[in-house]
Amino acid sequence: MSDKGMMNNPVIRWIEYRMPIFSFLNHSVGTEYPSPKNLSYWWNFGSLAGIVLVIMIVTGILLAMQYTPHADHAFDSVERIMRDVNSGWLLRYLHTNGGSFFFILVYIHVFRGMYYGSYKEPRELLWILGVIILLIMMATAFMGYVLPWGQMSFWAAKVITNLFSAVPWIGDWIVTWLWGGFTVGNPTLNRFYSLHYLLPFVLVALVVLHIWALHQFGSNNPLGIEAKGPQDKIPFHPYYTVKDLYGMGVFLLVFFAVVFFAPNLLGEPDNYIEANPLATPAHIVPEWYFMPYYAILRSIPQKLLGVIAMFGSLLILLVLPWIDRSPVKSARFRPVYKWLFWVFVVVCFVLGYIGAKPPEGVYVVVGRIATAAYFLFFVVVYFLSYIERPKPLPASISEPVLKGGGSPAGAQAKPMEKA
Amino acid sequence: MKKLLIGVLAAGLGLTLTTAEAAQTPAPPEQEWSFDGIVGTFDRAALQRGLQVYREVCSGCHSLKYIAFRNLSDLGYTQAEINLLALEAVVVDGPDDEGEMFERDGRPSDYFPSPFPNDRAAAAANNGALPPDLSLMAKARKGGPDYTYAILTGFEELPENWKELDEYSFLPRDFKLQEGLTFNRYFPGHQIAMADQIAMAAPLAGGVVEYADGTEATIEQMSHDVTTFLMWTAEPKLEVRKAWGVKVMIFVFVLTVLLGFVKKKVWADVH
Amino acid sequence: MTDTAHSARPEDGETRRDFLYLAAGAVGAVGTGIAVWPLIDSMNPSAEVLALASTEVDLSPIEEGQRVTVTWRGSPVFIEHRTEQQIAAARDVVLEELPDPQTDEARVQRPEWLVMVGVCTHLGCIPLGQNPGQSRGEFGGWFCPCHGSVFDTSGRIRRGPAPRNLDVPAYKFLDDGRIRIG
Repeated sequence: MSDKGMMNNPVIRWIEYRMPIFSFLNHSVGTEYPSPKNLSYWWNFGSLAGIVLVIMIVTGILLAMQYTPHADHAFDSVERIMRDVNSGWLLRYLHTNGGSFFFILVYIHVFRGMYYGSYKEPRELLWILGVIILLIMMATAFMGYVLPWGQMSFWAAKVITNLFSAVPWIGDWIVTWLWGGFTVGNPTLNRFYSLHYLLPFVLVALVVLHIWALHQFGSNNPLGIEAKGPQDKIPFHPYYTVKDLYGMGVFLLVFFAVVFFAPNLLGEPDNYIEANPLATPAHIVPEWYFMPYYAILRSIPQKLLGVIAMFGSLLILLVLPWIDRSPVKSARFRPVYKWLFWVFVVVCFVLGYIGAKPPEGVYVVVGRIATAAYFLFFVVVYFLSYIERPKPLPASISEPVLKGGGSPAGAQAKPMEKA
Repeated sequence: MKKLLIGVLAAGLGLTLTTAEAAQTPAPPEQEWSFDGIVGTFDRAALQRGLQVYREVCSGCHSLKYIAFRNLSDLGYTQAEINLLALEAVVVDGPDDEGEMFERDGRPSDYFPSPFPNDRAAAAANNGALPPDLSLMAKARKGGPDYTYAILTGFEELPENWKELDEYSFLPRDFKLQEGLTFNRYFPGHQIAMADQIAMAAPLAGGVVEYADGTEATIEQMSHDVTTFLMWTAEPKLEVRKAWGVKVMIFVFVLTVLLGFVKKKVWADVH
Repeated sequence: MTDTAHSARPEDGETRRDFLYLAAGAVGAVGTGIAVWPLIDSMNPSAEVLALASTEVDLSPIEEGQRVTVTWRGSPVFIEHRTEQQIAAARDVVLEELPDPQTDEARVQRPEWLVMVGVCTHLGCIPLGQNPGQSRGEFGGWFCPCHGSVFDTSGRIRRGPAPRNLDVPAYKFLDDGRIRIG
């Protein structure tokens, strides 16, 4: 395990001399990358998302070898994967559920960043790259969902592409251009397949940039104060590699439980009906991870404004570092923001719930209130950052425990503490 | 501001939770299935009886296009039995050397022949209502196999005085059963005016099938058997999936416990 | 966690830790290995491909001296209704001179019917000789245009780079006029 031992290997030395990839890795995720010693388990979700991205790409490449991107054959070819291809059912269930779990992990990752102020100076660019990753992920997931060419696939494609018809003057032209025809059809399926294969690799590139930006200042931490010196840090390896691996085990238990015992839990029964361009299912709903945005879209009775609000709900995250002016990062020391944050989380869940319901009666009212609350959060955060009185910050990451009376050398802040 | 938000949210949630879903199609009652649970498997005898019900009743109108005769080995049939079952089918093949399509006996690699040459013909023969392919039916409706069972057992005569009966409170007051259609409470109407009508006369009557294994062919029994069979056609890898799942879960659990201990050891000097 | 006997002493803590690392590493490595197999296996022929492994052929319309090609598992199968002369030519060879010595009797079930996979054993091209007017090579059998392999009237390699005679598939006479290949 020791890096010194590894560097004695002549092959490794030969490569290292010509291309210092081993010291690069060591500085990236090894013993030479100092990380705050107090990261909680909420800091596991970034690496978990990375692992799921790898699972998605591997299963996706293998599925692409079996799948036929043609409107007449796509549905049948997916059934062939489920029935005839060796362990094809496993590949497909890993891939479909992997998409859902990818979003679960990334959403937790985003909420963690919001709670602990990880988007604040000097990590704004890191945050922006993360938001872009989220946007590309959504595009990828949407196009992937179209590929099985079931009823929900088809009508999702139709409804979502039609959003662009809200663009003034050129809207209809854009939609026809997206479709490559007069409606969603084989050309649409083909281009979605092409892009669904391309975008994950764009994601990989963005993840590399995301990690690059991360390494400039290192991880934020639950206290939200920067490390003052070596006593506040520990090497990434072995501490966080093993912690990430342990987290991966726990995650896989949950993930596999769904894949093997409830693989259709997060899916829609209608997608087991082949696409029929002449009949829309009674209740069309997007995948669960799009529900909140769908609720926002439907809450606004004007087409263009609805589309703007929906995209705005995501794009507003890009400027969050400049909306929140508070110099204090972690919500632990922001008594009001902490509270506001949880309200925001609840609002997101309410929006998700509303997005799954038919747009009628009380759901419309609740949806509108929640939509307003969603955007109001950012307004309140802006003013709050001027009026909130934060609690006193600890002097350093190591300090809180020093006060706690343990021995200065050994005892530290408990890294597993959850907020 | 916060108080306002909370109040609004609470009100919203409260309203949502109290929304009565009136005039809704009743949810199919839950049934017990051999394939339920994390170690559930298909009851082979039920599968074979279900195949018999499909072949003798359903296959008159419904195709099963994703199932090949070779797949029947999952049901516990031997290769010889499968060959015989396949031989009973007439398969259109071709074109031959003269360019003509021809009919031949089925082989194990053939798929179940459809009762109609295409969807248009199927719809035309059924008053315009297309009998759907059943391969994926048990996964393609909310409620899954419970729904399939509910439909099959849910055909009934709508009493004249239904408006006075509580049992039918889910029906819109202006409901009117159309000529030639049968009432089935679990079938969702695609339009409100069409609610609770299904373009399928009650397919199963007691004793319509005579089971080879002597099981009494009640409507419930046949519905249960054919639903089990259709769950298999929809999810033929269910058994292998669950069997792998148990092993994978145990393995990952052991690995995770080990990693947990390693993590604890590594971190011992930081804590 | 089997070595708990002397866990009180400090150096045993060290051993236990090493054991733990090894155990976790081994289980992880085995798990990764097992996980890779279904991924590789998915690229093997699928069930419906394997199920199409037999083809029936009606031999009755094939006249003496005539060659026909049928498709079996996506590849051509050459069937020849051989003449007396062709059979005689196939049997009149010195086995030792053949690159891949095999008697004609071992390659046919009935002398007049030669059935073999029409794929050159060199690199997979389809040899010429099935259609009238195509070169049959100097042994009156088949000639592979890709790299010049020459086959005789029993489909045996006589000259050129092909390492083996043309393969004979498993087949069975259902009756005098029909065979099932595969």
